[in-house]
Amino acid sequence: MNARARAGLVAAPVALALGFAPAAHAADELRVASKPFTESVILGEIAALTASAAGAPARHQRALGGTRLCWNALRAGEIDAYPEYTGTLIQELLGGAAAPGADITALRAILRARGLGATDSLGFDNTYAIGMRAGVAARDGVATISDLRRHPALRFGFSNEFMSRRDGWPGLAARYGLPQTTARGLDHDLAYRGLADGSLDATDLYSTDAEIRRYDLRVLADDLRFFPRYEAVLLYRLDAEARWPAAVAALRQLGGRIDAAAMIAMNARAKLDKIPESTVAAAFLAASTSGSDGAAAAGRAPDDGDRGGGAAARARRIGLRAREHLGLVAVSLLAAILLAVPLGIVAARRPRLGQAVLAAVGVVQTIPSLALLVFMIPLLGIGSLPATAALFLYSLLPIVRNTHAGLRAIAPSVRDTAQALGLPPAAILWRIELPLALGTILAGIKSAAVINVGTATLGALIGAGGFGQPIFTGIRLDDLPLILEGALPASALALAVQGVFDVVDRLAVPRGLRL
Amino acid sequence: MAAPAPTSDSPPALEFVDVSKSHGAVRALAPLRLRVPRGETVVLIGPSGCGKTTVLRLALGLDPPDTGQVRVAGAALDARNVRALRQRMGYVVQEGGLFPHLTATENVTLMARHLRWPADRIAERLAALAALARLPADALGRYPSQLSGGQRQRVGLMRALMLDPELLLLDEPLGALDPLVRAELQDDLGRVFKQVGKTVVLVTHDLAEAALLADTVVLMREGRVVQAGPIAELVHAPADPFVTAFVAAQRRPLLDGEGAR
Repeated sequence: MNARARAGLVAAPVALALGFAPAAHAADELRVASKPFTESVILGEIAALTASAAGAPARHQRALGGTRLCWNALRAGEIDAYPEYTGTLIQELLGGAAAPGADITALRAILRARGLGATDSLGFDNTYAIGMRAGVAARDGVATISDLRRHPALRFGFSNEFMSRRDGWPGLAARYGLPQTTARGLDHDLAYRGLADGSLDATDLYSTDAEIRRYDLRVLADDLRFFPRYEAVLLYRLDAEARWPAAVAALRQLGGRIDAAAMIAMNARAKLDKIPESTVAAAFLAASTSGSDGAAAAGRAPDDGDRGGGAAARARRIGLRAREHLGLVAVSLLAAILLAVPLGIVAARRPRLGQAVLAAVGVVQTIPSLALLVFMIPLLGIGSLPATAALFLYSLLPIVRNTHAGLRAIAPSVRDTAQALGLPPAAILWRIELPLALGTILAGIKSAAVINVGTATLGALIGAGGFGQPIFTGIRLDDLPLILEGALPASALALAVQGVFDVVDRLAVPRGLRL
Repeated sequence: MAAPAPTSDSPPALEFVDVSKSHGAVRALAPLRLRVPRGETVVLIGPSGCGKTTVLRLALGLDPPDTGQVRVAGAALDARNVRALRQRMGYVVQEGGLFPHLTATENVTLMARHLRWPADRIAERLAALAALARLPADALGRYPSQLSGGQRQRVGLMRALMLDPELLLLDEPLGALDPLVRAELQDDLGRVFKQVGKTVVLVTHDLAEAALLADTVVLMREGRVVQAGPIAELVHAPADPFVTAFVAAQRRPLLDGEGAR
């Protein structure tokens, strides 16, 4: 999934949640993050390698999340630096505080007031552009964006974020008066596939994308100069500069060091030649730097957690992802059982309160999982904690509902008979009602667990790891084996969870109810 | 007004003092007076909706009375003593009301285990009750769904007797059984009632069953007692045209005129 896409989707809830952002907290590492597309990951690697060469214990949370997510994480002190683009800052992040043509100096002044700093332009402009397959463009005589007005039947497919950004499709269509009304939103990396197989005629590009050459695309001239400049910069927290002055100084020295040709070449190596981003970044630093910087960077072993290596490395990765994934599912499910079963009992005992409880957990269920994950960030930061919390909330409904339904299904005469024996309410619940409802309750726990295994893949979007990690990296890199490396074990895990619960069901549900 | 005068100074096993009860707009019990003396078998009989089942529910404290007082062994039933008093009453419903997830033994011993009786005492009591209720030993390990209707009823009776209660309350215990099994169980119930010497309140709509088991028959209609006394009194000295009609309706299929014992 595309960085820019995700941010657009969740921008509104995050803007709301920003008010609750906790104060920045110090950590003894320099945490660099990147957005989930190849160029951002490479720049993040370059930044992390540079910082560690300058003596800071740097960690790169690759492909952490989209624009809003990285920006909020930076402001909340969850991360210390990430690569960003000036156009995005002006158009999206600073919310009108910066003039449309603001230069780096002007932006720095605005950022400083928010406790943030920015390097000079790294040396290239990665603006949006509109691209078509060269053959189609030649056939229809399209060379500029204005030319698209004459071809209303052309099929547009844009990255999801481009669809909703002010500097994206809505603004572009208005400026050029484009007649096409049915632009589809899809993942940026998948849009190239759509162009290649002819199901799309035009899409948005980043001008440093490696695919422009690979797919032989025609970049249409922005004749009305709609798109702003997107100079790449590194954003960092000013308090990180206080903690690691040498490292941040080294980051600032990256300004002007990467030109467009170098960036396109690195994108092509990572994406088309499938060389790990860390290797690409280390090679760039080694080749372009003279002196201690490059030597130190080359000395740090390229760390590629995501792909490559032999069968043993893959098995080790899958084992690690499985542990992360199971951890998310198990902890969230256990916590949900501890809350949801008592809630279901209360709901069954008091019908009016029960309706309110069921409605409340039902509302939680209607929040899209991505939005819920992002809601958690200002409250709980990034990583496995917010992901676990979101999964916990999702698990509540099936368990509460089934506990409630299982208890309500018990005939009143059974409860009367138990009362008439003189059993106290707690004993009736424990010895009679819960055993009778156990099958239904377990079915609720089972559906929560299976849903959780699937939803936990999204945890990778906020740094929680798990099987979503290879899936999303694989989509970003157009690497099918890597996608399968996450998708197959995730499916197997869901089946295994189902199997385990079938066994638990057989062992735990009283024999007398199965005859 | 209801049962005969008490035979001793001890309080009646069950007494209703001007008890009324409504379910919404439906009056289940008009203010009702009822005395069940110790050691007697009282059968409540009457058409559906006459309030006879309500009497048992109120006696057990499953529903609270709207007005009046329910007394069990002289003690007014209230929220504080209701659980202790329930342990002195045994309750049997149609089909036995067994818990489907527990075996026959587990059903019978549930309350004793909750009260932490020693295992040997439980085993001893279980064996005695199985003999009394004539339940085959192999049925003890079965689940309710594996038992016949008559066996379920015997297990229900054993469960009600487990704590050796003073008062047995039976709500149409034999209603769902086929006639042969029913007749056999009626005989067994009568024998058990005599053997254990307990106070019994049994609800039925079957006059023959009442005739077989009752010391006193209480005929109810619309939440009131119409007539109470030995069965012969109801048959030969009806207090009200309704009694005549009720008795006549139930006697009609009988070939001889003297169905009573």
